Amino acid sequence: MYDPTVARLTYRALLGRRRAAILFVLPVFLVAIAVAVRAFAGADDGVASGVLGGFAIATMVPLIGVIAGTGAIGPEIDDGSIVYLLAKPVKRPTIIFTKLIVAVAVTMLFSALPTFVAGLILNGNGGQIAVAYTIAALVASIAYSALFLLLGTVSRHAVVFGLVYALVWEALFGSLVPGARTLSVQQWSLSVAEKVAGEGAVTSDVGLPLATVLLIGVTVVATWYAGQKLRALKLAGEE
Amino acid sequence: MTTIEIDHTSRWFGNVVAVNDVSMTVGPGVTGLLGPNGAGKSTLINMMAGFLAPSTGTVTLDGTQIWRNESVYKAIGIVPEREGMYDFLTGREFVVANAELHGLGDAAAHKALATVEMEYAQDRKISTYSKGMRQRVKMASALVHDPSVLLLDEPFNGMDPRQRMQLMELLRRMGAEGRTVLFSSHILEEVEQLASHIEVIVAGRHAASGDFRKIRRLMTDRPHRYLVRSSDDRALAAALIADPSTAGIEVDTTEGALLIQAVDFGRFTVLLPKVAREHGIRLLTVSPSDESLESVFSYLVAA
Repeated sequence: MYDPTVARLTYRALLGRRRAAILFVLPVFLVAIAVAVRAFAGADDGVASGVLGGFAIATMVPLIGVIAGTGAIGPEIDDGSIVYLLAKPVKRPTIIFTKLIVAVAVTMLFSALPTFVAGLILNGNGGQIAVAYTIAALVASIAYSALFLLLGTVSRHAVVFGLVYALVWEALFGSLVPGARTLSVQQWSLSVAEKVAGEGAVTSDVGLPLATVLLIGVTVVATWYAGQKLRALKLAGEE
Repeated sequence: MTTIEIDHTSRWFGNVVAVNDVSMTVGPGVTGLLGPNGAGKSTLINMMAGFLAPSTGTVTLDGTQIWRNESVYKAIGIVPEREGMYDFLTGREFVVANAELHGLGDAAAHKALATVEMEYAQDRKISTYSKGMRQRVKMASALVHDPSVLLLDEPFNGMDPRQRMQLMELLRRMGAEGRTVLFSSHILEEVEQLASHIEVIVAGRHAASGDFRKIRRLMTDRPHRYLVRSSDDRALAAALIADPSTAGIEVDTTEGALLIQAVDFGRFTVLLPKVAREHGIRLLTVSPSDESLESVFSYLVAA
């Protein structure tokens, strides 16, 4: 199911592109905010939760998920180099699964790790807040990667759609329309964090059982479907 | 022996028909897929390569369906026309990755790089390669697993004459080894120089098939031009023009030859020596004056 060569090509392509700069910029920005907030406001659970929930989970994780998820396959389909993977006796679902693993690892590295560091800086993991949001980031990394990898497989405008989902649907609609929050990777992952953190430190609009089912369901279905789409990927000529 | 069989295959995109009811068999040796740009060559190659499903009909490799069947790539090597090829890797890293995807190691990659004579630049990034070097590395990636079928889409595009000659030599060798080599081209002289067998595609249709002279002969409704020198040009001209297989004869006094336009190829080739013998005329030169692929092709395209 996992092909080390596909993995190597994927992560080198992912980290070698200019787009990858955002992968480094966002975590640095988060840690800088954490340092500034701690310096000016001191250690405060509410503020820590606000920064981690408002920036790390709501903005940084989905953005990094978009870059890693779509970037793991989209550019190869765009420039046609995916041909060299497809013209091999390698199962298409293996290619997708391997790319998912790489996208998840990259998203976790660049979102969950800085979230934990920022949490420690903000309030020294008081009320388990740093750990709780880190777990939310880890969980969200998997679902976002699967979702955006699928998007990268089926659409040439995957980055745009990914950004629209992450920023417009999750951030904007989520804050205006309560129902939209039920269909939000962010809320599902917060539901997991809610269980870990101290009383009232993290809140989610979705119950844990539903959130778990949706997280697993989205990940599995998106990955399976991406494998199917890749099997039928048409590399038409330029005619 | 490996054979690709295309059976009554069509492919359309929306309401544009790219390939229209084509049947052909591509066997061992070098086959040239010839046609003008936009004729459907890439679409056909993409179907043979398993990158595109036929809308109707079947495309098979030794009887096994190619579309949605990854196992065919054990036997097929593909050199795509597009340039995208992991430019951030070195040539060697690229070919090694291709070998690994076939379950092979560095040795196979090294051998393939040696075959295309790219060892000298194998540690340079692909992004620094010239068009010809890229083409050769693509070729190496297609050869790592020693495939019995090689499909190349416009392989000579953008190559300089020396690189072109090298690649032709390589493909000729592959064909002579008994591999099934198919390449597409819209350049007539390329196909003429390299292919032992030609398939002509015009406007999505299979216009002709065979060796290049046979294709020419298939065009019986087209005039064939011959340059003939003999011991008595005028007497020969007078005798030939009496037969309906000849449409016109010009006496070229500067060349000292007859330019004959024959409309019935088969009949004319029998007639000419017979008439010469009957009239006691010695034939000194008989050469088809327009048997170049260029002229064959322009007939086919115009048809």
